[in-house]
Amino acid sequence: MFSYIVRRLLYAVPILLGVILLTFLLFRVVNTPEQAAIHAKGPKSSVAVRQEWIKEHGRDRPLYVQFATHVKRMVTFDFEPSDQTKRSMGETFREGVGPSLCVTLPGFIAGLIAALSLSLYQVFARNSATDRNLTILCVIMMSVPTVLYIIFGQAVLALGLGWFPVSGFQWGGFGMLRFLILPVSIMVIINLGYDGRMFRAVFLEEIAQDYVRTAHAKGLPVSTVLGRHVLKNGLIALITLTVGQLPKLIMGTLLIESFFGIPGIGNVMVQAIQTADEPVVLATAYLGALLYLAALILTDILYATADPRIRLS
Amino acid sequence: MMHLLPIAEVAPGSLSTKAVAFLSHWLTQDLILLVALGGIATMLIRAARSERWQRAATRFRRDRTGIVALCVVCLYIFIGALDTFRVPVGGGSTRSILDFATSGIPDERSYSAPFSNQVVTDTKPKPDPLNSHHHILGTEALGKDVFVQTLKGCRTALIIGGFTSAIYIPLGALFGILAGYFRRWVDDIIQYVYSTLASIPEILLLISILFVLGPGLGSISIALGVTGWVGLCRLIRGETMRQSERQYVAAARALGQSHWNIITRHLLPNVMHLVLINFVLGFSGIVLTEAVLSYLGVGCPVGTASWGMMIDSGRGELSRDPVVWWNLTAAAVALFGLVLALNILGDALRRAFDPKRS
Repeated sequence: MFSYIVRRLLYAVPILLGVILLTFLLFRVVNTPEQAAIHAKGPKSSVAVRQEWIKEHGRDRPLYVQFATHVKRMVTFDFEPSDQTKRSMGETFREGVGPSLCVTLPGFIAGLIAALSLSLYQVFARNSATDRNLTILCVIMMSVPTVLYIIFGQAVLALGLGWFPVSGFQWGGFGMLRFLILPVSIMVIINLGYDGRMFRAVFLEEIAQDYVRTAHAKGLPVSTVLGRHVLKNGLIALITLTVGQLPKLIMGTLLIESFFGIPGIGNVMVQAIQTADEPVVLATAYLGALLYLAALILTDILYATADPRIRLS
Repeated sequence: MMHLLPIAEVAPGSLSTKAVAFLSHWLTQDLILLVALGGIATMLIRAARSERWQRAATRFRRDRTGIVALCVVCLYIFIGALDTFRVPVGGGSTRSILDFATSGIPDERSYSAPFSNQVVTDTKPKPDPLNSHHHILGTEALGKDVFVQTLKGCRTALIIGGFTSAIYIPLGALFGILAGYFRRWVDDIIQYVYSTLASIPEILLLISILFVLGPGLGSISIALGVTGWVGLCRLIRGETMRQSERQYVAAARALGQSHWNIITRHLLPNVMHLVLINFVLGFSGIVLTEAVLSYLGVGCPVGTASWGMMIDSGRGELSRDPVVWWNLTAAAVALFGLVLALNILGDALRRAFDPKRS
């Protein structure tokens, strides 16, 4: 097991280097210094202002020097401070991570539970009218644009009916709950259609297996077959699906945080896009990739604990 | 207020020169589109000869929801084509058929409600002297007709979806087959490239690419194409590996067929149905993502008639008093219709090709 973990971590090193190289190519090579300066300072800025920006960010140095600095910054997490607010990235992230987790973590867990119960219910009642209708509902739900759920929730439930505050965030107590209920439930709804369908497909595949027939033949009640045998065997596929959900979670965070004015990392990134704040966009994208990479490694290790065959291959 | 141009002004010159001018213009303007359509048609016709596709076609014809979804998608393509193909108007310029057909609808100065019989002027709305109810879905902030803008959004959505597919499908299918067929170091390299890309969450990569390239239909297509091929590549790689174990590939190898022949004649037709299903379902994903990107401010350039931009502007319009709901609703319904039809069509195709697993 230990050797497997070491091997898996070593395998992540070239990927990490690939990510760093990719960000370098994108932000330092494709994005030429002049173009970056125009983007950052606006199309009407004077040449002198742009030159100053290029110098200040070290973009006038040769590419290999820039590459060395880039790698050093990425590896040591010593990111350039924000262009607009001049705040250091470490400070920004430390402040943003709490509110972000307050939205994503409950949203993620509640979403998972909702999709699991929906799909298990559908498998339980498979080939019935309810199952078909729920499947149709899932397709409809995954066809609605994400932004629309958020706009609708905010405009109707918060602005129109006044059940929830329109936007904002506060720490602790009932106030925090009041601010979080709407964003978190929207987060659950956004992914429910897609997740429910995927989970249902996984369970249906599992239910067609021989051991399920055997369990039924033994005379086990349906609830035991579904709850113990199918759920357990479907778990491996479920881990994959759940990790596959993480990027969508990030997208949800970006949209929801900026819509509801929650001062998290997603909000920071959306503001950075709108103010053409290159260092912030680069740092958030890189950190997101790192977190996701860590999650992928963690899943593989989880797999290996769940299924000894994987360790050997 | 603009009126329909009289026929004489629209088409000067004899019928034959007109036809030649129209055709040549059409060819140069839409050559890429034609090549793409031709390519798709050849591939479909070639694939349709195989038994698997014929069986699938028989099954698909019996699938009523699939047929309806296909019709809806065709309607969207038709509207998009109306806005793409151009007809000559007076003075040597051309306009799209859609523009031409809707040129009787005047612009207003700002918002006007659906079916309003008033004209917005500088100071306050006045009753329309013609009492014509021009704008069946009202107008948006700049006074453009929402119904026309919604129809124009079809073209934007189809262009983004089409160009993106034109980038990611060849990439994904080619690399997938190469990795699955040659294995070893080819597989290692391709796997390394896509695991690197896949370890950056899609939306962050999209934002990074679009942040650098700037908003625009081309940039969106490139960004979505670069991020989108990974899924298809994985799928095709797995299927190719499975197919390579089959006897027909071994037989082809034993007969001394070249790698190129085995890949194009034996493997490609056998994974083509996966490409088709992935194309249809991927298209819906692209249309949905465009709306998100437009909201984030890295999507379509300002002024493009896109559903994403319309939905985005709807955010501010809903907090106005009186509420401006028609812009958002029209775009959302149009987008939802296309995505739903594509999702249903994709499912129907999957059922048709693989009836056991659905």
